Amino acid sequence: MNNWFIRFLTSSVGKKLLMALTGLFLILFLVVHLSGNLQLLHNDGGKSFNIYAEFMSTNVFIQTISKLNFTFILLHVLLSLYLTIQNRRARGGKRYAVTSGKSSVWASRNMGILGTLVLIFLVVHLRHFYGEMHFGSVPTVNYDGKEVRNLAAVVDYWFSKDWYVALYVFCMGALGFHLWHGFVSAFQTLGLNHPKYNGLIFFVGKAFAVIVPALFAYIPIAMYFNL
Amino acid sequence: MKLTLKIWRQKGPNEKGEFKTYVHDKVSPDMSFLEMLDVLNTELIKKGEEPVHFDHDCREGICGMCSLYINGRPHGPLQTTTCQLHMRSFKDGETITIEPWRAKPFPVIKDLVVDRSAFDRIQQAGGYISVNTGAAPDANEIPIPKKIADEAMDAATCIGCGACVAACKNASAMLFVAAKVSHLALLPQGHAERKERVERMVAQMDAEGFGACTNTRACEAECPKGISVAHIARLNREYYNAMLTSYELPSKAGGDG
Repeated sequence: MNNWFIRFLTSSVGKKLLMALTGLFLILFLVVHLSGNLQLLHNDGGKSFNIYAEFMSTNVFIQTISKLNFTFILLHVLLSLYLTIQNRRARGGKRYAVTSGKSSVWASRNMGILGTLVLIFLVVHLRHFYGEMHFGSVPTVNYDGKEVRNLAAVVDYWFSKDWYVALYVFCMGALGFHLWHGFVSAFQTLGLNHPKYNGLIFFVGKAFAVIVPALFAYIPIAMYFNL
Repeated sequence: MKLTLKIWRQKGPNEKGEFKTYVHDKVSPDMSFLEMLDVLNTELIKKGEEPVHFDHDCREGICGMCSLYINGRPHGPLQTTTCQLHMRSFKDGETITIEPWRAKPFPVIKDLVVDRSAFDRIQQAGGYISVNTGAAPDANEIPIPKKIADEAMDAATCIGCGACVAACKNASAMLFVAAKVSHLALLPQGHAERKERVERMVAQMDAEGFGACTNTRACEAECPKGISVAHIARLNREYYNAMLTSYELPSKAGGDG
């Protein structure tokens, strides 16, 4: 522990910093992912989505970013697990008999549970879509002489099951609450708290937490009901 | 007023404690919470029972000695110290649960008394400034803008009661440390030890076993002095700056830091 950089990142403040930075990267990832998903709403038999998915799963640059993304997800999850255990230990052997929720927002106290829901969703989601695309056998379609895997058909299949759509929408709710605290919290951890821009961070953060998960959830609903 | 009190009783640091219920019917709404406990203790002594031990000192809200986790909140339902909380904040016939601060670095000594010397050790690690001895310097020798002086004063109002630790679901001492670091970092007098201070105080905070901050802001809501989490953001900035730009600190063990 004598190296200053290791001491920095393993301190309580340093671990918070890593949570904030990985969290903010995952927030950026959500934007990219959502912009891709929204192409499912095109009424073109999934063509634009399939071309996009083919590009994303074959482009070397994107694939590198994707590996980084997986690393950050893993780091975010493992670090939160470590911090949760450490923080519970800090309370000591005896917990309070009576607690009040009046002094903080519900989402801020339940980031662990909300994050776990998001993680469970992520595993199911990766198995069905990412896993199929990268390791499974997705049937191909021909667009102007180019063979492209028909991921839109796979999505169509899962989004026609009511339990899957319900799970998807529920987990997007959990993601929304996770972001409700996480977005603004990340900036506080970075030390960015100043009357000049607090209002902006708060507004963008809360709006993001509502709009992004809502748009994600809208896609399976629209496809299920053929809107 | 007649109240039912569920009070944590624990004979000593290593004893197993438990809640004991007392019916207290000699309560006036004008009593402070501590006076209410004084009256209860008088009754207990008359009956030959062991009085309830609790911390208190100035009873005017400035010393940081009183504690008590009342009905799930440090210092009770108002954002003030327990000594400044009055029984008019409670309803006749109410059941009040009184617990000690719960944090591993704040071990229970007896009943509701906890050992908060972990805060002293954090303060000793870096919460000081170097001054030359001799005649007192002229008051206006060092110009400090009003705004900065106010901000430093806001941080300096921390009385070190530990309500932030008690309120935090992670038992984090971040608001306390932030107040101490922020107070001195803002002022020119604190500049000499600025980087060393934050490094040492954060290291001591971690060594004491306090949790990490998750920005729930419960500390800010419960702090009797209303210290803002903006100071925690400043603590973070100070810490990043110190860790990335300071000269290496010699470690206490005499190693290479």
